[in-house]
Amino acid sequence: MILPSFFADSFYETILALELFLQSIVNGTIQSGFFALAAVGLVLIFGVMGVVNFAHGELVMVGAYTVWFLHAQHSTPFLITIVIAILVVTVIGILMEKFLFRPMRDDPLGGLICSIGVLFILQVLATLVGGDGPSKQVPPPFEGTMVLFEFLRIPYQRLFSIAVSVAALGLLWHFLTHTKLGWALRAVSQDREAASLQGINSNRISMIAIAVGAAMAGLAGALMAPLTNINPHMGHNVIITAFIVTIVGGVGSLSGAVIASVLYALFHTFVTTYFNGTVATISGLLIMVLVLIVRPTGIMGHRVSE
Amino acid sequence: MSGIVIRNAVALSILLIALAILPHYLKYHHQDFLIFLVVNVLVVVSYRLVTLTGEWSLIHAVMMGVGAYASALLSKHLGLSFWISFPLAGVTAAIVAALLCFPLFRMTQFYFLIGSFAAGEAIRLSWIHFIKPFGGTSGISAIPSPELLDIDFLEPIPYFYLVLIIVTICLFLLFRIEKSRIGLTLHAVHWKAPLAESIGVNTWNYRSLAFITGSFFVGLAGALKVHYIGTVTPKQFDIGFMVFILIWVIVGGYRTFYGAILGAVVLSVLDEMFREFDELRPAIYGAILIFSILYLPAGLESLPQRLKGVFSRKSGQMEQT
Repeated sequence: MILPSFFADSFYETILALELFLQSIVNGTIQSGFFALAAVGLVLIFGVMGVVNFAHGELVMVGAYTVWFLHAQHSTPFLITIVIAILVVTVIGILMEKFLFRPMRDDPLGGLICSIGVLFILQVLATLVGGDGPSKQVPPPFEGTMVLFEFLRIPYQRLFSIAVSVAALGLLWHFLTHTKLGWALRAVSQDREAASLQGINSNRISMIAIAVGAAMAGLAGALMAPLTNINPHMGHNVIITAFIVTIVGGVGSLSGAVIASVLYALFHTFVTTYFNGTVATISGLLIMVLVLIVRPTGIMGHRVSE
Repeated sequence: MSGIVIRNAVALSILLIALAILPHYLKYHHQDFLIFLVVNVLVVVSYRLVTLTGEWSLIHAVMMGVGAYASALLSKHLGLSFWISFPLAGVTAAIVAALLCFPLFRMTQFYFLIGSFAAGEAIRLSWIHFIKPFGGTSGISAIPSPELLDIDFLEPIPYFYLVLIIVTICLFLLFRIEKSRIGLTLHAVHWKAPLAESIGVNTWNYRSLAFITGSFFVGLAGALKVHYIGTVTPKQFDIGFMVFILIWVIVGGYRTFYGAILGAVVLSVLDEMFREFDELRPAIYGAILIFSILYLPAGLESLPQRLKGVFSRKSGQMEQT
């Protein structure tokens, strides 16, 4: 790795630069778990229902608020609050599908507008629950830091969250490829009418898709809660990230979204470490526009004729 | 035919006269509100021009910001007078839009929506990042106000007249554009793109034309806004404001020229009435948005017709019984 040593003068500084480099790889990898969880839900919902869920970042935010409210305020055990957060967000998702997206089935723009309405309502609810003050913090339930090779520092909290993210994504993969419901879900996302002709109830599949997508968002929020600042507007960054990852990965491709999450998380962490967060987001957005121009199908997407 | 024209002209002049008298009977902060409302009318109508081709962009608020920043920088740092920096604001927005056409109009539908959002957010984050000309998150303050004779444009009422005159002229131009051959072609590009292409209409050109023209007018609106407030910040043109534009246009009804205006006026006045529920206001907006898209998909402008339909059906039933 020659790049970091470019601006290091002596041997000792080279070692420091190398440590920072390796630490950034570790941080980025851990970050990718959140990105993937948030993006996978967006992809599922878009794939099955054709709706861009603008409120997806707010679903993550509600997950984080649930943990803050129950764990930090009312000292419920952390693991239980994760489950509750997933349930709360799943219920919100199911309500959105039943009362908003289903009547708007043939009007993708209508679905998008509805989700923007939900976005506002959830933000205000969060403000009502948590107050308008400064961002909330949740003390990490898992204390301590694992030290690898005497310089790589991984807090147990982050280790826990990446482990759970990977497990959740593995479960989702198993669900989609090894169960009948998962097959049905993929069938609906490929061709809704043909799937209906095979006797698949597409309304029920939509319900399951949004439930799974929302559950992933809730989990992402719950895992993120102890590691970030919680405020009603945190969904904004989440949705930007999810858009970038979805587009770069290829719209409608779950594996593409996961791969893009890892790549983008590493990229974002590196640019944030060596420059700053704003530059990281700007360049991420520019990469996304570039992908849209040069290769609109993304990494793993397929070409769809009109 | 000419009867309708005369009637419309009379109605319009009454409306304008009423608007001209109105600020004298308002409190100070309501006068401010009225200025922003008239500016926002220009914003929504110019947005409608972009959407005529069927592409919903999410960059319109940022294009307004481009005009605002251009005018602020030109008048503050180059010392240009408002009367020069103001048209240049529109021109700058149009140039930026023209450059963006190349990447953006390679996409349509969902991809265009996301692509325009990304491009806009990248521009907005650049205002935050490049502190040297743009001033970071706190933006640019102490923007000089217009100078003309001895009129004090720091006062709301003279500035309101300035805004009213400029916006009226812009609306007239936008109306003429929509009714012209170009406007009709834009409609054709939206509803029957392959057919339009088959008779030799270059859809790419017309999409770009609508986008550039819309951006020009919204750039003017941005300049009008910040020369009154005196400061320009990236926050004023974030996705939140873009969503408001979308809501105004959709709730008002994007199928007609006056639907968008109606949406902006009605929702802004409602919003002003809900001022005491400060925190709840976005949720009220969200609820109105959801209800109108579910139950009034053609917007407020379709309300009279639908009411008429309901009543005539009722009276029809009465006659039968």
